[in-house]
Amino acid sequence: MNERKPVGQENAMEAAATRKKTTTKPAKLGRDVQARLGQQLRAMYDEVLNQGVPDRFNDLLNRLENNEGKDGQ
Amino acid sequence: MAMDESVRKAILGSVPSLRAFAISLCGNVDRADDLVQETLLRALANIDSFQPGTNMSAWLFTILRNHFRSEYRKRRREVEDSDGHYAETLKSQPEQYGQVEYREFREALNQLPQDQREALILVGASGFSYEEAANICGCAVGTIKSRVNRARTRLAELMHVNSAEDFGPDETVRAVLASGE
Repeated sequence: MNERKPVGQENAMEAAATRKKTTTKPAKLGRDVQARLGQQLRAMYDEVLNQGVPDRFNDLLNRLENNEGKDGQ
Repeated sequence: MAMDESVRKAILGSVPSLRAFAISLCGNVDRADDLVQETLLRALANIDSFQPGTNMSAWLFTILRNHFRSEYRKRRREVEDSDGHYAETLKSQPEQYGQVEYREFREALNQLPQDQREALILVGASGFSYEEAANICGCAVGTIKSRVNRARTRLAELMHVNSAEDFGPDETVRAVLASGE
């Protein structure tokens, strides 16, 4: 785990926190950064979603349905 | 037992999202599609254990994840191409984010620990609540939250991003630059 250096006015707050650091929490990311990362994540994901359902999966379900009568499991 | 039409619909409706999740796990489209196929076979073989009225998609995600963990994960690193096949198959990258940034993002995502990556995808892209994601992963809600937070922080570190400006010029500027003016 990398320790991140506090920036700007957080220095004062950090000092005031008397070293009692909440080591469990990583430095908080800015809202804008989070939003941008989220955008990219969804862009990547949506690209796959936009491909719809490939034929192999429709075929698979059709095959299974046609076999149902026969192997009566 | 005949496949109920509503079951069939729900299953097929979940396929695109299952594929997107599987690709993020496998890093390879062909293997991801195999994983989805095996997931559907397992689901249908165990359709009696599905509780009608509950979330079919979450149920399928759980099966997919468990199957990946037991069968695929150990193979992942052997076959993985960090960039090649995924990039190849997904040719039409969204223009507005810029090719370089988008590629960097995918590479960074690929470097995340498995637990963090799946938590981030489930919550940040698949649209599951923290509670649903916790059910899918079989862990506490707090664990999911902390994994998502760590994933975001790590992504930002890997991409050397401290503020939104570090992502480079915004889309408008990029478009102007690209137009050659």
